[in-house]
Amino acid sequence: MSDDALLTILIAMLGGAIRVSTPFMFVALGETLTEKSGRINLGLEGNLVLGAMVAYAISYQTGNPWAGVLAAGVSGIFLGALHGVICGLPRVNDIAVGLAMMSFGTGLAFFFGKPYIQPSAPRLDPLPLGGWADNTALQRALDVNPLFFLGILVAIVMWWALANTRWGLVLRMTGDSEPAARAMGVHPNQVRLISTALGGFLAGVGGAFLSLSYPGSWNEGLSSGQGLMAVALVIFARWNPLRCIVAALLFGAAGAIGPALQSVGISQGYYFFNAAPYILTLLIMIGSARSKAAAREVPGELSITK
Amino acid sequence: MAEKAAIPVGALIVSVALFSIFLLFFGKSPIEYFSLVWRGGFGTAFSFQNTLQRAAPIILTGLAFAMTAQIGLTMIGAEGALVLGGFAAAAIAIPLVQAELPPALVMPVMLLAGMAAGGGWVALTGWLRHARGVNETISSLLLTYIAIAIMNFFVEGALRDPASANKPSTMPIGKEYMVGNIPGTDVHWGFAFGVGLAILLYLLMSRTTFGFAARVMGGNPRAALAQGLPVGTLVLACSAIAGACAGLAGYFEVAAIHGQANASLVARYGFTGILVSFLARHNPLAVVPVAILFGAIAASGGLIQRRMDMPDATALVLQGIIFVVLLASETLQGRFAIFRAGGK
Repeated sequence: MSDDALLTILIAMLGGAIRVSTPFMFVALGETLTEKSGRINLGLEGNLVLGAMVAYAISYQTGNPWAGVLAAGVSGIFLGALHGVICGLPRVNDIAVGLAMMSFGTGLAFFFGKPYIQPSAPRLDPLPLGGWADNTALQRALDVNPLFFLGILVAIVMWWALANTRWGLVLRMTGDSEPAARAMGVHPNQVRLISTALGGFLAGVGGAFLSLSYPGSWNEGLSSGQGLMAVALVIFARWNPLRCIVAALLFGAAGAIGPALQSVGISQGYYFFNAAPYILTLLIMIGSARSKAAAREVPGELSITK
Repeated sequence: MAEKAAIPVGALIVSVALFSIFLLFFGKSPIEYFSLVWRGGFGTAFSFQNTLQRAAPIILTGLAFAMTAQIGLTMIGAEGALVLGGFAAAAIAIPLVQAELPPALVMPVMLLAGMAAGGGWVALTGWLRHARGVNETISSLLLTYIAIAIMNFFVEGALRDPASANKPSTMPIGKEYMVGNIPGTDVHWGFAFGVGLAILLYLLMSRTTFGFAARVMGGNPRAALAQGLPVGTLVLACSAIAGACAGLAGYFEVAAIHGQANASLVARYGFTGILVSFLARHNPLAVVPVAILFGAIAASGGLIQRRMDMPDATALVLQGIIFVVLLASETLQGRFAIFRAGGK
């Protein structure tokens, strides 16, 4: 392989990591927030797809992509709150409700999204951070969407707030021990409802990135399961918002290897690299399933770890 | 018993009511919608057979979810087992068909290959759960994506039929190796296998010591361990059976419908099966009528699209509403005095 080809691959991976990671980051942060409260929402895939559709539709109707982003978040709150309310009922399984929300959200998105497959909506403008570079591929890789930075900001704020605010303490306590939360006069269901709704908001915004930035259009095959993978990603990041950024970048880069190799004429193994993040997550889960270090960081009330 | 049927049926009625409001909101007539579902799903001999045909893979994936739900596990990997089973059946057929072996030999080999691939794949999830403590929901989901990638890897690479230009596929298995229809109908044999398996699995779960042990485990895993029940064997066996059901669905998709393995295998049957199983309260026998109901909704999709000018995703909205309402209704279990008074 020549140096040129290697450079092309590295630049494509960098660009891919930045582009592909943003929806992962938002969905993973949303899932982290929900899981920190001791509940799992497997339905963020529905939020993502519905968010993508709503963002595109609103951006098309209003001409303002940021209105689309906001609307996507609101649609995510709707699905998240529905999940939160249903899971608040006794004897309801949160994993199954997540699956139901996934099919409900996807169904709504496909139903309302039909008229928006053809028209072209205004997208979010990227920040051209690559102006200094001579290499056009590098310039393009550094056209970074503002949502990417917004995601990092959200992660930092969440990380700080979880550790340093009263709200963060209440959330973590609810996630670690329901009896302790009750003893403190906290209503666990209320806390979980709020955290699931807010998590849903973030996942919806992640969907907006899909339709308004990259790939940058609305169609029914838009999401390739990022919403579901985010659940695995959170395990990978061990419920730490900052590690979510790293994990999302890593997943993005792994997903970009296949297309990057293809662009220099290596098509063998394309699907292997596509599957790389899944294999990696599985291996990490196997490795950490019974480790004590992992057990310390898991919210104690989480059904998937009980 | 009565409660077990009454709550899902009640949930179904509430869902239909909510969905009707949804339709009215768009100025569409719910009566027209459901009469078209009836006509397109059950109205004529042709449409009824179409319904049964579409129900076949959903019965099998529904059984797959039910088998693991019975032991208290939530495995959502039927989609992957279906894809891998279909792919394995198509792949093993290639050399056998080229050697022109008789169909009576090749067809059972394909069927077993599909079941073995699917069964092994889901058993892997079960083993990871039992031996390593890996959460089965997440790992089955990951393994589904890995299964699809494995199929794509071969279908686009080593096993690609050069003639399949636009849609990469394996070599067609050829007409004489395809599964035909049940005599006198237009419904392929997959439906009969699904119904047969549903009865067999019902008997297994309700009439044998294996089934009893499995249900004890589903009810209370700690009690099962304390009783010295072979928990590991139960997990492995039930997940292998579940995967074999889904793999069988994949085999029939290849051998009765597509004639080759390609991306058409990824049709969300695995996920529909989860909903079907919940609606059937994970009872193998009840899976059959519920799957037929969903087959009818799918079969009538085209008619509704033409007559009412509604997108095909309308059926997805209905399914989503049913799923959400149904799970919310779980909270009503044991809340109704009339069912307790009747003596369960």
